[in-house]
Amino acid sequence: MLNVSRETILNCLLALTLLVVPFIALSLDEPFYVTLATRVAIYALAGVGLNLALGLGGLISFGHAAFFGIGGYAVGILASHALNYEPHFSSPFELEGTTQMLILWLVAMIVSGLAALIIGLFSLRTSGVYFIMITLAFAQMIYYFAISWPAYGGEDGLSIYVRNGFPGVNTLIPINFFLITFGVLMSALFLVATLRNSRFGAALQAARQNEDRLSAVGIKPFNIRLATFVISAMITGLAGALFADLNRFVSPNMLSWHTSGEIMVFVILGGVGRLFGPVAGAALFILFEFIFGGLTEHWMFFLGLVLLAVVLFARGGLIGSLAGKVRYD
Amino acid sequence: MTAALLIEQLLNGVQFGLMLFLMAAGLTLVFGVMGLINLAHGSLYMVGAFACAAVANFTGSFWIGLGASLAAAAAAGAIIEIVVIRRLYNRDHLDQVLATFALILIFSEGTRWVFGSFPLFLDVPELLSGPVSLPFGVQYSIYRLAIIVIGCLVALGLYLLITKTRLGIRIRAGESDRAMIAALGIDIRTLYTIVFALGAGLAGLAGALVGAIQSVQVGMGEPVLILAFVVIVIGGIGSIKGSLFGSLLVGLVDTMGRFLLPSFFKLFMDPSQATSVGSALASMLIYILMALVLVVKPKGLFSANA
Repeated sequence: MLNVSRETILNCLLALTLLVVPFIALSLDEPFYVTLATRVAIYALAGVGLNLALGLGGLISFGHAAFFGIGGYAVGILASHALNYEPHFSSPFELEGTTQMLILWLVAMIVSGLAALIIGLFSLRTSGVYFIMITLAFAQMIYYFAISWPAYGGEDGLSIYVRNGFPGVNTLIPINFFLITFGVLMSALFLVATLRNSRFGAALQAARQNEDRLSAVGIKPFNIRLATFVISAMITGLAGALFADLNRFVSPNMLSWHTSGEIMVFVILGGVGRLFGPVAGAALFILFEFIFGGLTEHWMFFLGLVLLAVVLFARGGLIGSLAGKVRYD
Repeated sequence: MTAALLIEQLLNGVQFGLMLFLMAAGLTLVFGVMGLINLAHGSLYMVGAFACAAVANFTGSFWIGLGASLAAAAAAGAIIEIVVIRRLYNRDHLDQVLATFALILIFSEGTRWVFGSFPLFLDVPELLSGPVSLPFGVQYSIYRLAIIVIGCLVALGLYLLITKTRLGIRIRAGESDRAMIAALGIDIRTLYTIVFALGAGLAGLAGALVGAIQSVQVGMGEPVLILAFVVIVIGGIGSIKGSLFGSLLVGLVDTMGRFLLPSFFKLFMDPSQATSVGSALASMLIYILMALVLVVKPKGLFSANA
């Protein structure tokens, strides 16, 4: 028991707070806060995906909105086909749409993972600034494609008329949907924690710290990075799928470069490379939006000032300033 | 499809490419000399356009507005360099991306605060309005032709500045060895501010010139910024020549793709489907081009200092 670090205690507190707040809100008859907490959980999940690539792998992807949006569109497209009773295609075999979350999640993760595989194959050939610009450019390509392809709403986006179903749970009740997203977030955090402590995680962090030494022991940094990039995209894609179901709407906005920036902001505000960094960051972001957004419609201006101050003066984010520097033990 | 239409689209492509060059030149200079990735370059483009529109509406003269756009963007560039950017040179790229992303939020929301959400309108000056007749029966807008001329003049001026002047020598020296030029007694901080303001001024000029044919609105800089990134990836970071070549390539491929692809698909598809497939593919064309360049030359076509 004595060996529990401050960060672990902080992480448990964060998870517990996020879990308890919606129930308090319900008992006070303020269901709006349940939706707010659900948004925190989904944003955090998107951040967890990026944090794996950015924090552990040192891959500064400025294009994670692509995967967030692809996950969202996978849900939107499949659900709209199911609701219209028209199959995606009928030959050589018939593929129907679906409204089952578990299948939708799987599809969202596979599709965003495939997109990441292709983008990664090109962008991971480079590093540094090139990587930032190329991930941004590819995300923008998908954004423009979504806008100019008219079949699924184009610029107007695509509505999902009824929230998709989860076996044995009524997802239309906000608290149930919150618990689902919370469960997914915790599983993703568990997965990332396991990965980090595995041989794969060690190789990944070695690829960030010293590429040449990793090559010298016979592991190809490119393959490790590509695998990380794909897993990272799949987690963010899953967050996009949940986001689509939360809003019952997907739009090209989910794919825009601004979303990429925001996902990165979640990671930074909380603390780069910290397991619960994205959770803290997403919570801070939503709190900030809620408090300042109520005071002025120009809250983004103040967000910019705060972000600038964090980058210039408070590196390490919230978790870094509360729990101290990263311990390598 | 007539030859006149084709020539008109080619000229449009060149005009678009030269405006991209004004953006990309500043970005690539700042990266080459200071090693900084600046996402807020698009905001300086926006600042130039707004300054031009506001001053032109106030004074009634587009030309005073154009001067104001250069001055305002260069001043804004110098200020953010001194206040923020200067602290980022020794930081990693992640910090640079985030800080300049924060600057975008501040600039965009600040501009919306001052000017409101509605786009401003900037009229083409009377001297340059209307079409001009070119050979082969082409009728082309004088204003767009003037943009092409200005773009070429700026490219030439930049070439002379970099190769023939004392400032240019210092900039090139800064690109190849920062520590050495400082050791030789050059005030490196002032040099950085000048380079940044120069890039900012070029972006502001581009914003003002394009603002007169499109609308002047918040967020107008970011799509151009991302295209300028594509240009730099294709041309090679730090190379002015590469950014000129990349800009023209991107401008032409994008414009001709949007023009030709829908008609190409009409050859073997029904028209409405051809239009949607053609325009969707055209919007992705330059990114596919970028991917191809990456496969062949991961450091860009004209990489100056890898």
